[in-house]
Parts: sequence; C-alpha cells; structure tokens
Amino acid sequence: MAQLRQKVLVLYLASSALDDQVRSWAVYDGTGKEAHTTGDDNEPPYKTGLDALKDGWRVIQFPQLIPPYPGLEFTTSFQRHEFILEKLEEV
Amino acid sequence: MVGKEFLLNSKQMAFFVAKGYLRFDELIPEEINKAVMRDIDAGTVRSQPAGTPLSQCYPAPSAVGEMIRLPQVQGIIHSLVGPDPLFDHQAVHVRQPNEGAAQHLHGDSTIDVRMHFDVQLMYFPHDVTPEMGGTLIVPGSHFRRINEMDIARYQNIVGQIQMVCKAGTLMVVHHGIWHCGRQNKSDQMRYMFKVRLNPTVRQRLLWNTDDLTDETKKQQTIFGGAKKSDDVQSILGQQEPWFEWGDGRLEIINRIKLWRFITGDDNFDVHYWLSRLENMPENLLEAVE
Ligand SMILES: [Fe+2]
Repeated sequence: MAQLRQKVLVLYLASSALDDQVRSWAVYDGTGKEAHTTGDDNEPPYKTGLDALKDGWRVIQFPQLIPPYPGLEFTTSFQRHEFILEKLEEV
Repeated sequence: MVGKEFLLNSKQMAFFVAKGYLRFDELIPEEINKAVMRDIDAGTVRSQPAGTPLSQCYPAPSAVGEMIRLPQVQGIIHSLVGPDPLFDHQAVHVRQPNEGAAQHLHGDSTIDVRMHFDVQLMYFPHDVTPEMGGTLIVPGSHFRRINEMDIARYQNIVGQIQMVCKAGTLMVVHHGIWHCGRQNKSDQMRYMFKVRLNPTVRQRLLWNTDDLTDETKKQQTIFGGAKKSDDVQSILGQQEPWFEWGDGRLEIINRIKLWRFITGDDNFDVHYWLSRLENMPENLLEAVE
C-alpha cells in the first residue's frame, strides 16, 4: 500500500478569478523532498492559477469574497485572493 | 545644518513614498566599511537607550558614528525624518554560513498605522553576493496594515528585491516595509547593521524642494497618450508587479495621501484618484423661473 503525503501550493492571484495572474506563492512539501523558504525564487511556478490545475494541482480552498468592513474600505492589508492547492504524492 | 546639496530631491522623495525604500549603492567609503567590520567583530558597536537623540549616539571614536555623520547620510536622514531624530534601536544582523532556511517575511516592531513614519537605515559594510542572501524587501508593501510575522506565509512575491550589493551600500526603508533576511548559502558570515530613527519634527518639506513646482501638481490627462515616466505623479502612480488589480489602486491612493502629508498640499492628486472621491457638491442649483 503506497504511502501518500500532501504537497501544498498557496497562490495569491491578481483578482478573485482562478485564471488570473500569480502575484505571490508558497510551497510546502509533505514528502520532504523539497524545502522551500522565503525568497528562494523570483519566478512564480505558474503564470495563472488555472495553469496549476492543468499541471495536476487540486484546489482545496477558494477565497471568499467579503465586503470591506465599514471604515476600512481603503485599507490594504494581506493579499486577499488566496487559493490553496494540493497534490498527493507517494513516498 | 546639512548643506542643501546633500538633501534628497522631490523625485527621490516620491520614490520613497511610492516604494517605501531608497537605495544608495557604495555610498560609504571603504575605510569606514572596514572600520565598522572591525568594530562589529570586536563587539564594540555600542547601543543607547531608546529615545536618545541620534546626535548623542556613537561618540567618536566610532566607525558607525563616522558613517552616520557623513554629510550624505545626514542629508538622507534630514530629508526623511528631519534634523536630529531620536535613536530607537540598533541591530547587528548576522546570518550564519550555510544556514538551512531564510527568516520569515515580516514587518518590524508592531502594526503601525501612523502617517508619520520612522526610517530604518540598513547598512551593508561588505559585498553581498547572491549566495550570501542579502535582505529581501517587497517594494510598495509599507502601507499594508499587517502585524509582524503574520505575513510569514508569503514565501515569494513578484517584484521582491533581493539585496545584492557592493560594500558601503545603504538602504533606507519606511517602518512598514515587508522584509526578511534571506538564506545564507555561502560559507561566509553575512552582516547587516540596522538603526531605526524616529522623527522629532513634523515631516513636511524637509528635503530640497527646489524641483517642486506648479508643474508637479498640475492635473494630468487620464489615458492621455505620451506618458511621462520620471515626474512625481508618474513615480507615485506606478503599480508594483505584485499589486492586485483592485488593491493596487488603493495603494496609489495611500501614496497620494502620504505625499499630501509631507508636502502640505491637500489638493495634490495622481490620475484624479482622490479628486473624484472628494467631489461631493452641496451647492443647490437655483430653480429656474
Ligand atoms: Fe526585521
């Protein structure tokens, strides 16, 4: 029986559309084969979120669209279009 | 008083307002860089209580003091936080050779929503190669309201700057800038000296404003054909490659607000972003008989 481990890709996109451009990203590899850290690459792994799907990643979280809280309409904070994707890989 | 020729100009100030940093490559002479390295190795770079006037810190003989008292550095400090700011804290950042991972992305201190701003001088006293993993900064991140390591999840951001520089390079950052120490993959220690400064005067028109003219504030045509690129409005209006389509526009508004704050010109605008929102006429049209 194959042992499966989760690999997680977090993509921050330019808008709420999954086929929009990647602005930031993070990778966490549960197989232990890859070790990612801050500033380890200047080029995004995919151009868009959809490109990641085409490469076998499964979306496990879509960012909800939440209207700004009153008084905070002009406040910028975290990147809001956060898509979480996974792959299950054998170890 | 610093000579006018050492103060920043309005375009440099606009760059700082837009990007949250300024970079001065090889500004500090080699003999000071070497002396600072010696002092760091000897552990003699003495700190001071928070809130001490900077002018009372690093009395001679002190290589860091010599660096800070260079007229060029005094001009940068004066332009951003005024004459004789307060010393907040210093840090000698050391990244060990062949370390396993980088520091997580963060903003220093705590969430800080002031329009007034502190600056941090980041001084690189020796050459920093790509393998040595210089400080990483995210241009234009300084207005984002986040608290310290809450942003640690972002590993890479399009447009991030990985500091690779020659000895004597000085970077000056806004207190809100997102940054981290990158992984040092080389077999040498990497040093960076940081000092945070607080203003003691209202930050308004502290730089060399000779180039601030009526032209600077004149409304420009939206989608108006030939684009200027290096005037104050264009510098403030340039999107960062990591900005979201929506929030990126709010960032331009943040910049306009800070530019108004440091110039005292409450009508200044870029691309009509704020004028449009401020247009709320109250005068009633006279009834026609
Ligand atoms: Fe820091």
